[in-house]
Amino acid sequence: MANEEKVLLEIKKLRKYFPVKGIKGPGVQAVQDVSLFINKGETLGLVGESGCGKTTLGRTILRLYDPTGGSISYDGKVIYENPLGEDGRPLGKATAVNMLPYRRKMQIIFQDPSASLDPRMTVGEIIGEAIDIHKLASSKADRTDMIKGLLSRVGLNTEHANRYPHEFSGGQQQRVGIARALAVKPEFIVCDEPISALDVSIQSQVVNMLEDMQAEMGLTYLFIAHDLSVVRHISDRIGVMYLGSLVELGESYELNRHPIHPYTQTLLSAVPVPDPKLSRAKQRIMLEGDIPSPMNPPSGCRFHTRCPYASERCSQETPKFKEHEPGHWAACHLLEK
Amino acid sequence: MSEQNEKKLLEVKDLRVSFFTPAGEVKAVGGISYDLDYGEVMGVVGESGSGKSQEAYSIMGLLQSPGKVIGGSITFEGVDVLSLSKAEMTQFRGNKAAMIFQNPMTCLNPVYTIGNQLVEALKAHDKDISNEEAQKRAMEMMEMVGINNVEKRMKQYPHEFSGGMRQRVMIAMGLICHPKLLIADEPTTALDVTIQAQILELMKDLQKKTKMGIIFITHNLGVVADICDKVSVMYAGKMVEQGPVDDIFYAPAHPYTIGLLRSMPRVDAEDYERLIPIEGTPVDMLNPPEGCPFAPRCEHCMKICLKKMPPYVEVGENHRSACWLRVAEHMDKEEG
Repeated sequence: MANEEKVLLEIKKLRKYFPVKGIKGPGVQAVQDVSLFINKGETLGLVGESGCGKTTLGRTILRLYDPTGGSISYDGKVIYENPLGEDGRPLGKATAVNMLPYRRKMQIIFQDPSASLDPRMTVGEIIGEAIDIHKLASSKADRTDMIKGLLSRVGLNTEHANRYPHEFSGGQQQRVGIARALAVKPEFIVCDEPISALDVSIQSQVVNMLEDMQAEMGLTYLFIAHDLSVVRHISDRIGVMYLGSLVELGESYELNRHPIHPYTQTLLSAVPVPDPKLSRAKQRIMLEGDIPSPMNPPSGCRFHTRCPYASERCSQETPKFKEHEPGHWAACHLLEK
Repeated sequence: MSEQNEKKLLEVKDLRVSFFTPAGEVKAVGGISYDLDYGEVMGVVGESGSGKSQEAYSIMGLLQSPGKVIGGSITFEGVDVLSLSKAEMTQFRGNKAAMIFQNPMTCLNPVYTIGNQLVEALKAHDKDISNEEAQKRAMEMMEMVGINNVEKRMKQYPHEFSGGMRQRVMIAMGLICHPKLLIADEPTTALDVTIQAQILELMKDLQKKTKMGIIFITHNLGVVADICDKVSVMYAGKMVEQGPVDDIFYAPAHPYTIGLLRSMPRVDAEDYERLIPIEGTPVDMLNPPEGCPFAPRCEHCMKICLKKMPPYVEVGENHRSACWLRVAEHMDKEEG
C-alpha cells in the first residue's frame, strides 16, 4: 500500500447497509467492502452512476452515516473499527471515537446548495455557527472578521453576510456552502457533486476556486461526481464504483487512456464528447438493461449481468480488488491470467 | 427533393415571449428567429433562465400564465400556429408536434397503467379507433422504443419502470400519433450517462426512420455534438449565435459560445490544463442590461455593446452571430 506518512485517510473493507423495514435480510447494500486511501494534498475522484453508493461512501467516511463494518482511520488514528467475519457478522465490538474534534478537520460540501443552507439564517449566521461550535473566535470582532475573510475568499461581497440564502444565485449559494466548510479550517473536504447543480459557465468558476484553495491551504479532497470530464480534470486519482463496489482505481489520465475494467470502459465510451467529429468517430459500447437493485445485488461480480465479457466464473466468484499495474487497481476476473 | 420540402416544417420569426410578474415584465424570449426542416435536429443551448424552454413551450401552446407571446410568428407547414383556436391547438399537439420533458416521472400519471396512458393518447386524437387496434398500436410503439416483454409491461404502472425505461415510454407516447416535429426538453439530463447513451441512440434511430424534425433543448454540449445538425445558442432570451454543428464547435463566432467551449475540460486533454471560466453571473432577467445581454461578462466589451443590441451578421453559410465584433469585421471587409 501507500507510504504511511503521506496517507491522510484510509478505509478498509468499509461497508454500509441500510435495513429495510418489513424485509428480511441485509437490506440495501449501498457500500460493499470498499478499501482505499487518500494521500495528503491529493484529490481522489469518485465516479459512478446514480445509486452506485458514491455519496453514501462519502458520508460514511465522515461518519454522517454509521458504518456497518470495516475500518476508517484518519491521520494514522483509527476513528472507527468493526471487523467482520466471512459471514458478515461482526467479530467483536465496534470501536468508534467521538467525532467532534474530527469535524474540525473533515468537512463536506453538498450537491444542492439551496437545500443545504438554512433558509431562515443569514449567510453570516450560517458561517458563524461553525465558528461558534468549535469556539474558534476569541472575540465578537474576531468572529466578524473571520466571516468577512471567508466571504471574500470565496468571491462574495462582505456585505452579503446579512443576506438570506434565497437572495443569491445557485453559484453564489454554492460559494456560501464552500465558505461554511472552510470556516473551521479543515484539512479534508468531501465534495459531493458540488458543481452538478450549477450552470455550465459557473461550473468552471467553482472548479478553479476549489483548485486554488487546495493549493493555498493544502487541502485534501474526495471529489464525488458523475461528470467524468470534470472529475478527470480535478482529480489526481479516480475510483470507479458500480453497485456499491469499487471496481477500478487509478491515476486519472492513465485511467482515462487505459481503462482496464469493462465497466469503466463502457462508462467512458458513453460520455458524450463536446466535439462533433470525435463524437461521430467514437465507438460506443452499449450496456443492455438497467443497474440492478442494491437490495438484491447479483452474485459474484456485481457487474456480470450487464458485462459483455461475463463468463460462468463471474457469476459465482467475487473478483478480488488487485493492483494490476503500479497504482492501477481493478476487480475483474478477466485480468487474472 | 420531394414536394414537402418546398414548405419548411417550422419557421419561427422574431418570437417574443414575456412574463408579466408583479415585479415587472420579464422578457423571457426577446425576438428569436430560426427555421427547421424535415429530418433535421436542432440543438438549443443555454443556461437556466435563458428562455430556451419557454421558446419551445410557445410552439406547443403550453405557455403558463403569466407568460404570453407578445410578438412574432410561428409557422408550421404553412399554418400560423399562434392563430389556432383551442380545439385546433389540441389537435395540433400530438398529431403534428409532440414534446418530451426532462423528468418522465412527473409527466406520467402514477395511478394508471402505462398501456392505459398510451391508449388514451391515441384515442384523444382518433375517436373511431377500436380498443383492439389501439392496444396493438400501443404495443408496436413500445417495441419500437426498445421495451421488451411488451404485454406484461403494458399492465404495469410508472413506478415499476426505471428512469431510462420511463423516458422510453414518454418517447413512445410522444410519437404514437406520428408527429412531424418532436421537441425534447432536456430529455436525458436526469439520466445516467450509460442510459443517456441508450436514449440518444434510440432518438437518432427513430429520427432516421420517421424523418421528423427534432428540437433538442439541452445545456450539455457533448449531447449537442452527438445528435444535432445545427445549433442555436441562447443567452438571456436572445439567440446570440446560430449555425451548423461543426461551425459552432470549430469556428464559434460569439464570445459567449467561445467562452462556453473554453470553460469545459477538453476531451483530448492529455494532461492537466487550467479551465478558463466565463467570469460574472448570469443576467437578472428583471433588470436586463441595455444593449447586448452578454456585454457585462464579455472580455471584448466595447462602448457600443452596452448601448445597442448588435444585429445578426452572416459569418459563414447558415452561420450567423449577433456580436458587434463581427459587425466591425464585416464592415471592414466591405470597405476593403
